[in-house]
Amino acid sequence: MRQDHLISASHLSREDIEAVLDRAADIDDDPAAFRQRHAGKVLGLCFFEPSTRTRMSFDSAMKRLGGQTVDMGPVESSSVKKGETLADTVRVVEGYADALVLRHPSEGAATMAAEFVDVPLVNAGDGAGQHPSQTLLDLYTIRENAGLDDLTIGIMGDLKYGRTVHSLAEALTNFDASQHFISPESLRLPRNVRYDLHASGAQVREHTELDEVLPELDVLYVTRIQRERFPDENEYRKVAGQYQIDSETLEAAADDLTVMHPLPRVDEISPDIDDTDHATYFEQAHNGIPVRMALLDILLSQDR
Amino acid sequence: MTDDHQLRVSKIRNGTVIDHVAAGQALNVLAILGIDGTSGEAVSVGMNVPSDRLGRKDIVKVEGRELSQSEVDVLSLIAPAASINIVRDYDVVEKNRVVRPDAVASIISCPNRNCISNADEPIRSRFTVLSDGVRCDYCETIVREDEVAANLDVN
Ligand SMILES: [Zn+2]
Repeated sequence: MRQDHLISASHLSREDIEAVLDRAADIDDDPAAFRQRHAGKVLGLCFFEPSTRTRMSFDSAMKRLGGQTVDMGPVESSSVKKGETLADTVRVVEGYADALVLRHPSEGAATMAAEFVDVPLVNAGDGAGQHPSQTLLDLYTIRENAGLDDLTIGIMGDLKYGRTVHSLAEALTNFDASQHFISPESLRLPRNVRYDLHASGAQVREHTELDEVLPELDVLYVTRIQRERFPDENEYRKVAGQYQIDSETLEAAADDLTVMHPLPRVDEISPDIDDTDHATYFEQAHNGIPVRMALLDILLSQDR
Repeated sequence: MTDDHQLRVSKIRNGTVIDHVAAGQALNVLAILGIDGTSGEAVSVGMNVPSDRLGRKDIVKVEGRELSQSEVDVLSLIAPAASINIVRDYDVVEKNRVVRPDAVASIISCPNRNCISNADEPIRSRFTVLSDGVRCDYCETIVREDEVAANLDVN
């Protein structure tokens, strides 16, 4: 990778992405070969907002590389509660670990934290900003199921606040992918993401209805529309129902359509899709392990 | 520009004339310069003056004051067409167009309230200058040119 940190998908080149995905495939093929790879190394887990799964996934990935993790624990019981700055916290934890993983509720937190530390730092989600390690596992899943070039992908749901969507859309500009964004008017992509997509010359179209594009899609990436984004419950119900899919919806889709979701889902994907060949979201979640192992392996192996 | 238009704003002896400011931005220019009238400088402001180049423009004349580079940098964001004339003894001795910098620090606040640059951290706000606005180096929020003035972090 060009830098020691993974902060934003917009910093990732095609080569960076392929290096991680290829390494993840090697790990998938022969996990035993990586079992002692980083014995003696320690990964610091700094989670300023709860995220059990992402934290467990990094924890598991590091341990499967032979390393260990230290966890700052819940914010309520840490020095953060006493008013310590993020800049100070990461500088302290840097002394305990060979790399850091940061989840923080403020946008730009990872960019700032990386300015204060010398060890590799992975952004595991900053507010509504970016979540690039999720993107790498999404790309790995897409590559396994549909291929990354000559790809037609629909990304549907809350595109405004969905950080996984922002990272994925920007990363896909490295590939020959035609991107269709499907959302209610009020939850369209934010200005800065559009700006990047436009600047990279990406093929992008926006829709309010899934059926306008469903038959063309190789991949449908669904995200959750959160109730708290809407001022009133009725407005939410009207919109959310429109973006739920079930096996009947998918009758109009290609037989080999891959349906993805970063999970957790609520009711946007009906359980009756789970047993079909379309459902790829659990596989996607499991891919978090080899992909995060690959990412940590690359970051921890760099000469510094 | 005719002499008639110049006369709408009185001449200064020593100082700076900021001309070709986008109409309506004169008060923001004063804010950038930290001028609120309390420190005694003589200031003349022309607003919505007819202009061949801009249609309508604002002019700001400040007696006894030359601008710093960082002040000029900010001016360039809200008044990209501005020219800055240094006046000594009633004569324009230097005439410069503003040049947009690649980046600006500490002069604009990020409008994203959830941005880390608005938290109590030991950092300065920092923006990369785009062709039609600026972009927060932390949260990547884009502030369009016409929104810059509302987010100035001066004084
Ligand atoms: Zn910001």
